[in-house]
Amino acid sequence: MSVLARAAAEDIVRHLADLPPLPAHRRLRGPETGLVMVRGRAGGDGAPFNLGEMTVTRCSVRMEDGTIGHAHAAGRDQAQAEIAAVLDALMQQDAWRPRLEALVIAPLEAAQAERRAATARRAAATKVEFFTMTQMR
Amino acid sequence: MYVATKGGERAIGAAHAWLEEVRRGDPAQPEITAAQVEQQLGLAVDRVMAEGSCHDRGLAALAVKQSRGDLIEAAFLLRAYRTTLPRFGASLPLDTNAMVLSRRISATYKDLPGGQVLGPTFDYTHRLLDFRLAAAGALPGGAPQGEPDLAPTPRVTELLAQDGLMQREAAEEAEPGDLTRQPLSFPADRPLRLQALARGDEGFLLSLGYSTQRGYGGNHPFVGEIRMGEIAVEFVPEELCFAVDLGDITVTECQMVNQFKGSRTEPPQFTRGYGLVFGHGERKAMSMALVDRALRSPELGEGSEAPAQQQEFVLSHCDNVEATGFVEHLKLPHYVDFQSELENVRTMRAAVMKERGE
Repeated sequence: MSVLARAAAEDIVRHLADLPPLPAHRRLRGPETGLVMVRGRAGGDGAPFNLGEMTVTRCSVRMEDGTIGHAHAAGRDQAQAEIAAVLDALMQQDAWRPRLEALVIAPLEAAQAERRAATARRAAATKVEFFTMTQMR
Repeated sequence: MYVATKGGERAIGAAHAWLEEVRRGDPAQPEITAAQVEQQLGLAVDRVMAEGSCHDRGLAALAVKQSRGDLIEAAFLLRAYRTTLPRFGASLPLDTNAMVLSRRISATYKDLPGGQVLGPTFDYTHRLLDFRLAAAGALPGGAPQGEPDLAPTPRVTELLAQDGLMQREAAEEAEPGDLTRQPLSFPADRPLRLQALARGDEGFLLSLGYSTQRGYGGNHPFVGEIRMGEIAVEFVPEELCFAVDLGDITVTECQMVNQFKGSRTEPPQFTRGYGLVFGHGERKAMSMALVDRALRSPELGEGSEAPAQQQEFVLSHCDNVEATGFVEHLKLPHYVDFQSELENVRTMRAAVMKERGE
């Protein structure tokens, strides 16, 4: 679900193209947008404090066979939350799980990993190489 | 006192229609989109998210566009919008140690484990206007890429704490107070103070932080560490009993390291001032850390004479939406108020004139 939470609805849908049509579902709740209060810690590792809120969209669905799926994702993309909830339900079914993992989750995950790696490579290029190498402690 | 007045509707309607035209500017110029604001005025967007206390880049960008770039007005719009949304709950506290770093610097250790990473920074630029930007067109050449170093990046404060030189943070897990639900009362504990500072006005906190450096409650600070990057937000929904990953947000964290002379119960050591803000907001995170440390001075036995050390003064005035509300309300009709003042002054004048006449 952490992969779907980071994927735009259109990207998820694009990866569904090679799969049979998804079975019908009924919305149990949402999709609806609300807020989650983000917490930090004093000094980074001390007492929790309320940093500020973020928008979050959630959705719960029930598939025809009764499987329930939930999704929560940062932002306001209701289509994303709904499709992610459907996939959450289908991932619990042996008939769907391997195909969804291979055709949807894996490529999305790879794209997200590549985006992170690209940031890491740019950051690495800005790493300071000091001339003196004495350990200061 | 306020009285209902009528008769302004037509004028207000015309004023707002004109505002829309002025916002759009010269129609010969292409209209700026919220997506362009989000991408190309990213630090304005980050500031609005921090001071609007709502992380949503798209909404903040829309607010910047709608407010014609007035960032306090934009924060106000975002705050107003957030009141229309339900609260699903609170996240698990962010683990800033697990941040995917775009920037990490320390002014205390040159060779800190994990290294110093500059990231996309204005630091070391010459602050010369770049007229190439005046002529739109060319895309900037690709930034160089390096080989990522997978070495861990422990906190500087932790390195000091391991040697017993840094005061440990209180290991408390209490539910923090929330000033959006319960009005601030004084004295406010540190979690509440940090919440107020995190949404406080950057300019106000910058000036207060600066005042501590100039000697008003000074406590010679060092930037132990600044880190900026993406961090996953985890949340335990009411219907599930495990944490779900909501996605990443960008935050900036600043750990200020300050000397502490020690007290009867504690040996001399360093203490921290802490800053954490949404987005890339380094100046704000640093200012917040300076002011956080100044506000800890009473508990550290350092007095509270300086403005930055007085929590009621700082926390009651750091919110720019509140401040703008009260300052700007002065321009609303005060006709009846002023009539009574007018009468007062006339009576006093008449009495003084009469006295002089005699």
